Amino acid sequence: MPRKITRRDLLTSAAGAVGAASITTSGAHAQTTDTTKRPGALAGERGTRSAHEQAIRRVSTARSSSQTPLQDLHGTITPSDLHFERHHAGIPTIDPDEYALLIHGMVDRPTILTLADLKRFPATSRICFVECSGNYLRDAGPETKPEQVCGRTSSTEWTGVSLATLLREVGAGPDATWLLAEGQDAAVMTRSVPMKKARDDAMVVYAQNGEALRPAQGYPARLLLPGWEGNSNVKWLRRIELADRPFMTREETSKYTDPLADGTARQFSFVFDARSIITSPAYPEVVEPGWVEIRGLAWSGRGAIAQVDISTDGGRSWQVAGLQGPVLPQAHIRFRYLWRWDGTASEIMSRAVDETGYVQPTRDALIAARGRRARGYHLNPITAWRIEPSGQVYYREERPWDG
Amino acid sequence: MGRLTEPVAVVARLLTVLVAGCAAPDTDVQETALTSMPTPTSSSDTMPDQFGFGRPATHEEIAAWDIDVMADGAGLPDGEGTAESGGPIYARQCAACHGTEGEGRTAAPLVGYEPESTPPFGPRYEAWRGEGDDVPFTVGNYWPYATTLYDYIYRAMPSSAPGSLEPDEVYSLVAWILAENAFITDDAVMNATTLPAVEMPAREIFVPQPLP
Repeated sequence: MPRKITRRDLLTSAAGAVGAASITTSGAHAQTTDTTKRPGALAGERGTRSAHEQAIRRVSTARSSSQTPLQDLHGTITPSDLHFERHHAGIPTIDPDEYALLIHGMVDRPTILTLADLKRFPATSRICFVECSGNYLRDAGPETKPEQVCGRTSSTEWTGVSLATLLREVGAGPDATWLLAEGQDAAVMTRSVPMKKARDDAMVVYAQNGEALRPAQGYPARLLLPGWEGNSNVKWLRRIELADRPFMTREETSKYTDPLADGTARQFSFVFDARSIITSPAYPEVVEPGWVEIRGLAWSGRGAIAQVDISTDGGRSWQVAGLQGPVLPQAHIRFRYLWRWDGTASEIMSRAVDETGYVQPTRDALIAARGRRARGYHLNPITAWRIEPSGQVYYREERPWDG
Repeated sequence: MGRLTEPVAVVARLLTVLVAGCAAPDTDVQETALTSMPTPTSSSDTMPDQFGFGRPATHEEIAAWDIDVMADGAGLPDGEGTAESGGPIYARQCAACHGTEGEGRTAAPLVGYEPESTPPFGPRYEAWRGEGDDVPFTVGNYWPYATTLYDYIYRAMPSSAPGSLEPDEVYSLVAWILAENAFITDDAVMNATTLPAVEMPAREIFVPQPLP
């Protein structure tokens, strides 16, 4: 039974609101413009953010990537214009009327589809994250923000056509085991994708968060492989070729592979393991003693997040955080944990567990498995924030990876 | 205080509805709607085998875009080149970014097969390195297939004018890089037959991940 709301409750809250308003009109904190005394701006064709909101992406020196400001966002959906970007040869400018997708190879009917053709097929939407294969700042200093630690991950709603539908349309051969996805950028980016994934949940998407893809996200159409490393989600998709073996492109041999401590190198390591990061409190925040809601994001390419654990004592003890539903597979999930900070030096960290039972590893465990010469790909360690008695939050430094 | 009474009453009514759960549908209208229209049938499981969207691709259209080269050499075009013919092309097209000897500058190093027959990581590497400096990852020690060189250079290099090199030029550049890594001789001719046969030391270290 919901609690009955009494007239007294409402009067109390209404009186509080009036009291707050009176401060802005006559008190010491009066605003320079009383918005209640003159009409506001009129309707516009396209909305803009408040001039007071400054969330922007962090752009790399070479301007070949930018990172989502994770610490500035709420909930789980990344605004399209703050979705991270990564490109190997710039963002192509493609006329949608000239766009064509060629599907050929081991198919009965080699076919060319226009953008309008793609939109005629049954549409489907899903929310999922896309993450850059290289998304961990190793050896970071104390003045490091969440966007620097792992800002090359973003979560949005994608709309397009199921790749399985297109494969059926062209008569994909039963003996095809791999396909090549190729982009229309100046890198003519190529990756081999197993047909099982192509038939399972892959999509060719033309929309993001309700509107056409942004150019940096592959306009007018890209491949979407939920939960798989960003590089394989080929943008500006122009060609799909079916074959009975992988194509061994540069990106899946000399790049995006994982040297391991035992002297072998892991290839085709597409799936992102579970990961999480506390986005608040985090550097450069300053917190006050008392109640602090620890907030962050968790995600796994292997499926749905099952649990997120929080430690406020540097990993000695762990408590279970609350997960904001709906807990979608292969999507950013918001976790929250209410904590009463006593003002003493503290270390807070999060640890994600997914539905397969995979537990986000420590940095030391990753170093042990991947070795001193691990490259920057597929690193998902637990990271921590250090809170000083002053309330200043810093990234907890680690010993050098290569040390 | 008196003038607050009316708005408060409105809010209280709204809250009562919200707290009690979502507003119930208008039963009269719902019943009318359901009785005056035919029962819907499911259409989601009646996808045709083929929608007939798009158009057939011609051989010419496929050939224009189908530039990939596979590890067994499938897709390699006619043409040929040697390290000797590649040297001047490398100096003109590649050296500014990759270094005059392929040692790497703003772009990745291409040359360096140390330690011999060992990848630049792992137990054997660490033993070989001792207290010395690390060697970079290069074509010599971390590229498993020579054919990938052709595929990548032809599609994406040089980065200022990708796709501008002719097959003979690409074969020549591939030969130069392979010869600098001492995998072939300076006069070895690289073409669609010889290139796939070049053995790359890194081939043995790659282990495909069991796919989900």
